[in-house]
Amino acid sequence: MTDLRERETADAVPGGVPGGIRSAGRAGRVGRSRRAGRTAAAWAWGLVGILALALLWEGYKFLAPADGVVIAGTRVLPRSTDLAMPHVWDMIARLAEPVTRSPSAQPLWLVVLLAALTTLGIAAAGWLVGVVVGIGLALVMQRWRIAEWGLLPWIVLSQTVPLIAFAPVVKSWGSRVEIGAFEWQDWMSVALIASYLAFFPIAVGALKGLQSPDRIHTELMQTYAAGYWQTLVKLRFPAAVPYLLPALRLGAANAVIGAVVAEVSTGLQGGIGRILIQFAGQASGDPAKAWGPIFGAIVLGLVAAGSVALLGAILKNYRRSEESA
Amino acid sequence: MKHSTRRGLAAGAFAVSAALLLSACAGGDSGDGGGNGATGGGEGDLTPVKLQLQWLPQGQFAGYFAAVENGYFEEEGLEVEIIPSGGDIVPQDALANGDVDYAIAWVPKVLGSIEQGANLTNIAQIFQRSGTLQVSWADSDISSVADFEGKKIGSWGFGNEWEIFAAMAAEGLDSSTVEIITQDFNMNAFLQGDIDAAQAMTYNEYAQLLETVDPDTGELYTPEDFNVISYEDTVGAMLQDAIWADTERLESDEEYQETTVAFLKAVIKGWAFARDNPEEASEITIAAGSGWGPSHELWMVNETNKLIWPAENGIGVIDEEAWNRTVEGALSAVNESGASPITEEPPASAWTNEYIERAIEELGDEVDTTGESFEPIEVTLNEGGN
Repeated sequence: MTDLRERETADAVPGGVPGGIRSAGRAGRVGRSRRAGRTAAAWAWGLVGILALALLWEGYKFLAPADGVVIAGTRVLPRSTDLAMPHVWDMIARLAEPVTRSPSAQPLWLVVLLAALTTLGIAAAGWLVGVVVGIGLALVMQRWRIAEWGLLPWIVLSQTVPLIAFAPVVKSWGSRVEIGAFEWQDWMSVALIASYLAFFPIAVGALKGLQSPDRIHTELMQTYAAGYWQTLVKLRFPAAVPYLLPALRLGAANAVIGAVVAEVSTGLQGGIGRILIQFAGQASGDPAKAWGPIFGAIVLGLVAAGSVALLGAILKNYRRSEESA
Repeated sequence: MKHSTRRGLAAGAFAVSAALLLSACAGGDSGDGGGNGATGGGEGDLTPVKLQLQWLPQGQFAGYFAAVENGYFEEEGLEVEIIPSGGDIVPQDALANGDVDYAIAWVPKVLGSIEQGANLTNIAQIFQRSGTLQVSWADSDISSVADFEGKKIGSWGFGNEWEIFAAMAAEGLDSSTVEIITQDFNMNAFLQGDIDAAQAMTYNEYAQLLETVDPDTGELYTPEDFNVISYEDTVGAMLQDAIWADTERLESDEEYQETTVAFLKAVIKGWAFARDNPEEASEITIAAGSGWGPSHELWMVNETNKLIWPAENGIGVIDEEAWNRTVEGALSAVNESGASPITEEPPASAWTNEYIERAIEELGDEVDTTGESFEPIEVTLNEGGN
């Protein structure tokens, strides 16, 4: 069973060498411990990177003048005061303290985490919609050349609409949608805006991927008397994977940005965008607090991109090389 | 064999993250429900009403949250959903679009929208006084509006700047000499010297200054560190938080008229509660989703009370003189690029005392609607507003 599938896969991938995967598998078995070592090294380097950043921050704070560097009336380097750049340890310590003195207040890190999870959920919903719409559009454009000519310019044009103009309109439409028992929730407006940003790279990447098989492969499918659907499943989709994965990752990052900005824009309660502006308003008296949600947003982006890496693990067999979208 | 385990692992991990995402979604939902304070009591005969605020939940709107929390709206047969605003939600636009039933907004901003075709009516002038300040350092040479020329003046923009220009116009100053710097959500630009005189609301940004540590002394800034110019003392003062309704529905929809009176009755009770119980009102606001620390929130409720109470003619009643002064200010104000908020007088339909007076009359002796004996409390701000 495994053998058969492997052979199919190898055949389907353009330029695939039959048996290549099997030998790669054998090599993988031998190199398991080496791979574990490499993973550990990757994490270690990641930590070193964070430490280097913290050192750079503190080093700049120590060395740079308090008012930054101003050349000809333009500030080229930022101020290094505690107000503009709180100490790393202050920001970390602030995360452990309660949000406010109120007896019901939770620690800041927990508030940020809960908000980040809410935003992640909204972004994920938006990303899924973006995936469905993006791949759907790519299929239509691949199938009919005229659809590509007609649709692609609009897809590109759609991304030039400024989000701040778009967000209130979506919210306004949403507040009027009510179909039977289904009532449009505010978070759906945010998810919709996230999907609006997410579908673009996916549509473009998927189209490029679906069009990537060489003529020789499509003609081979024709000699097999394979129909459109068979060609799609056996040839085009597997060939599209190397294009699709980076597009999906871009889409995930876009969905997170879209969700955060749309939260700020529409004032949705519960997400990271909301506490971002809420705590920014408190940054004069409590400068370290405002950095909590910023760290949350960074972690959020990493988690979103990391989730797509999981997809990559599932589709490992098809990932011969990754093209940039 | 090995492939299937790897695939199984990957699928498992994916399922876990998917479950996490879904639960996060559910969390967001329940957070929403709690924040809006919507009552899920299942009483079918309550009239649903949506109220659009002009910013995030905070003490500035304590009376509305108190009215929800204490069931004043329900007593009047209403189920009110309070909708906070975000960066790009303009309350009068949401009202004009029919997304909400009532909106809270400043008068000069809405006058601009009315001139551009929005059909809105001020039904209750909740804030009787202007709460806008312009704050400069005590050792600076800015101590009155007359000193503004040639200075870097801070403002949040989006219609919050018209009091500055109206006050300057009244002094005969040239607004094109002023450099308007758009302010952020906090006072850092002022504290770092990018702005000579920053805009501040008595109930919010001024408190932000007083809860910030002075790096020179290691203690909190005090009122002595600043020059405070209050627009309420200038000709530029304009009417601020008012409740706006849809003019057409007010004219033609009898049910909406009744709802309006009922709504205003509950709002009056809410603000009377905030006046008499500022501590509880600030706790209610925090529970409704305000992110300020307790001392900042209490300061905000207390300062907001000062803008509302005492109300000689009764809370919410529009003083024609103050209205005219706002209109004149808006007509005379010219910003640094030569624009004015309005160019002609607003229509007569832009305000009415009909509904607020009916609400006050129907409440009778049940509630003190003038607050003649109102005395603000003393609030001590802690560092960071905590």
